[in-house]
Amino acid sequence: MNYPYWVAVGLLMLGLYTMIAHRNLLKKAVGMTIFQTAIILFFLLLAVKRDASLPIVSGADVDPARFMNPLPHALMLTAIVVMVATSGVALAILIRLYARYGSLEEDVIAERVASDEADPA
Amino acid sequence: MIERHASVVVQTFVRVLTPLAQLFALYVLAFGHYSPGGGFQAGVILGATYILLALAFGRDILDRKVNQPVCVALGAAGVLLYALTGVAGMAGGGTFLDYSRLPLPVTPVRARYFGILFIETGVTLGVAATLIILFCRLGEQESNR
Amino acid sequence: MSELILAGLLVLLVLLAVVAVRAPDLLLAVITLGAYGFVMSLIWAVMGALDVAFTEAVVGAGATTVLFLAALLRTSRRRSPAASPLRWVALAVALGTGGAVLGVTSGLPRWGDPTSAPATHVSPRYLVRTLSETATPNAVTSVLADYRGYDTLVETTVIFTAGLGCWLLLTPRRR
Repeated sequence: MNYPYWVAVGLLMLGLYTMIAHRNLLKKAVGMTIFQTAIILFFLLLAVKRDASLPIVSGADVDPARFMNPLPHALMLTAIVVMVATSGVALAILIRLYARYGSLEEDVIAERVASDEADPA
Repeated sequence: MIERHASVVVQTFVRVLTPLAQLFALYVLAFGHYSPGGGFQAGVILGATYILLALAFGRDILDRKVNQPVCVALGAAGVLLYALTGVAGMAGGGTFLDYSRLPLPVTPVRARYFGILFIETGVTLGVAATLIILFCRLGEQESNR
Repeated sequence: MSELILAGLLVLLVLLAVVAVRAPDLLLAVITLGAYGFVMSLIWAVMGALDVAFTEAVVGAGATTVLFLAALLRTSRRRSPAASPLRWVALAVALGTGGAVLGVTSGLPRWGDPTSAPATHVSPRYLVRTLSETATPNAVTSVLADYRGYDTLVETTVIFTAGLGCWLLLTPRRR
């Protein structure tokens, strides 16, 4: 049975729930990180082969079934770096929002934005 | 404002560790062909050494060592190095990002090896510059508030 | 034996994720997220994905935690405990997405099968020819930098753009 995939799916659900249900923006960023790493875990689970060694070959005679699949590893390296880039920009936007509106709760920010638009001072 | 850490142990340890960590980052970059490693890991370790410097010695040391516009320019230079290696392949007669036609006096297989090394260096520069800029900007306190 | 270690680490991972999500104090959430990233990189190392584990250890457990802490320093540590009215919608969306993905995974080949489709399509070609075509024993590096060089070029541009965007967004204002 494909038990390890269930953990990745469970974390995916947890991250998705956090991104929607929690009101604090920093918690949403935490949920986004969990979501992204869960996807990477899922993808890497596809690359595992039983009793296979690292995808570093030596010598001329290579039996591909004895080495891990290098393609998902390369794709997920990209995904991790994009993860840190996204987190960095998200946190920069967070800081700007806090400096402008004084709170990190999304409903408080929405209220203050609405009152700003209704009464531009 | 991140201030100089009060403990002498931390300061000495960071002072000893930083050049070793930067050398390790270069090692990871150069040995990416033979063992797990490569451009991204090396870039993040390099960026992390500067962050460690800031945490141990205070923000003013980081501001003295890092000129932010120059850092951004270095990051752009890294991306440009990657793209130029691809274009250099075209100059040798191949398609974009075809390293086997780089104008180097080696066999095409070796030319691909060197092409990978050049682009990994570009990636390292880009990633390290990005991490340093992210930390500098996120960690600044507002002035004159 | 490594299956046992993997199972134990997976349990720890889920516990850390739940703590990070439900923590009332944001500092606790951020530190636990760092621990979560570290355990995740251990899991990938046990599974054999060493390149990815290395990157996650430096990025997820190191850089991301520092950036979150720096952001926390400039904002507030508290969060309001009130529940959001969207939480039932969120639960429905999460369960629906999870159910759909689980439905797909039951159709996936058995975990660890070396004759599955992802393992036999184009990856054997990369593994067999990496040494003779690129003189690079590390197949992940040669796939990342040579065979799939376009992806890496665009991704380097993405991370540089993110740094540039952050630099421009957070220009210090002088009042």
